[in-house]
Amino acid sequence: MSDDHVYLSLAEGHDDSDARWAFGTGFEDPLYGVSTAVPENVDRAELAACCLALADDALVTAQRLAEWTTRAPELEEEVALANIGLDLLGQARLLYARCGQVDGTAGGEDAYAYFRDADDFRNVRLAELPNGDFAFSMARLLVFSSWRLAHFEALAGSADPVLAAIAAKGVKELTYHRQYAAEWVVRLGDGTEESHRRMQAAIDQVAPHLGELFAAHEARTEVLAVLRQVTEAAGLSLPDAPPSAAGSGREGDHTEHLAPLLAELQSVARAHPEATW
Amino acid sequence: MVTVLTDTDTDTDTDADADRARRVAEQVPDPELPMLTLADLGVLREVTMTPEGTVVADLTPTYSGCPAMSEMRAEVAARLKDAGYRRVEVRTVLDPPWTTDWITPEGRRKLAEHGIAPPGPAPRPAPGPVPLVLSATRQVVPCPRCGATDTEETSRFGATSCKALWRCRACREPFEYVKEI
Repeated sequence: MSDDHVYLSLAEGHDDSDARWAFGTGFEDPLYGVSTAVPENVDRAELAACCLALADDALVTAQRLAEWTTRAPELEEEVALANIGLDLLGQARLLYARCGQVDGTAGGEDAYAYFRDADDFRNVRLAELPNGDFAFSMARLLVFSSWRLAHFEALAGSADPVLAAIAAKGVKELTYHRQYAAEWVVRLGDGTEESHRRMQAAIDQVAPHLGELFAAHEARTEVLAVLRQVTEAAGLSLPDAPPSAAGSGREGDHTEHLAPLLAELQSVARAHPEATW
Repeated sequence: MVTVLTDTDTDTDTDADADRARRVAEQVPDPELPMLTLADLGVLREVTMTPEGTVVADLTPTYSGCPAMSEMRAEVAARLKDAGYRRVEVRTVLDPPWTTDWITPEGRRKLAEHGIAPPGPAPRPAPGPVPLVLSATRQVVPCPRCGATDTEETSRFGATSCKALWRCRACREPFEYVKEI
């Protein structure tokens, strides 16, 4: 493979591999070569449930971020949101793969992503809400990445070495996801009268979902510290005691928005269940 | 599945062969930064030979969603196979996570030579929550073309996960920058 012909040689493929450059179905195990053992002091059901929920959060968020492609205010933001979505998709793949090793089903990532219905997904509701205003997407990304970052920092010390490694890697990625979102919240909050109004509306819209996040993983201190810092810098107000929404995606109790998202995500895989692309 | 088990007549069960296998694997170019080898990039962690004569190559992904990972694995396996190794296993190693600090001095030189600014030192993890920095940080990234330090970021995200877009105010050229992570 020479420098000049790198892309041609990629297209040629290999006799012994189906290495491809897009995300579809039928990919090789992203955890290939990683020990499948589960330490004795780890509860398998708990570990599988944890991996599944965190994978679902990432997959659904990645899908919403991908929806901005061709719709974002600027090309650079499309590239940024696609990059962030790709990181989360990668986290989802690793977590689904670990879940499949642990839960006894030996299910691959495709089984989890494409062949479960909305009731079986365990993502938090915040992730599935429609993108709406760009300001809302930034407020959500700020909250989601701050919360997930705190969760992953804790999980980097997990008794399961695979989950710990996935989390340690994810910490680095979530740090710049949060940074990106925070800068937009400040820019819009401290921008024009119109951008301020819409950014404040977005914060008010996201705040009621904090309760669900904290019930799933208690990170009130870390997340609220970030939100206070950002909203203060942006001249925005953070609702004092955000009311908790009833029900949780962690119990499979979703809004009406998840099923249409999954219908689009899963349509090709379900129409052609044996196909790989 | 990229485990490659092929049959050739070559007997490879020696230490010298392990070194040779390492050199073969080290020369595999990165699919996204083809001026770098996987060794330059620090993705190739280790190449060893089991007592049974299987070459084991360990790769650590740069980013969780790196789409080139399967291509890297396939290319390492194919090169080793072409070099005559009968049994090759390319494994994923997640821990410790990849950092741009693993890009070799030679890799950094090649990046700059190809107009891509190499990364600075990766931020050191401190105990406690990762801080969020909202105040303006003036990062100096010298232009890889003219060396001027009067440069600015145009987008923190670029064509691949590892790169940001910058431009030089002195020579007016845009350039890519490998972000430290």
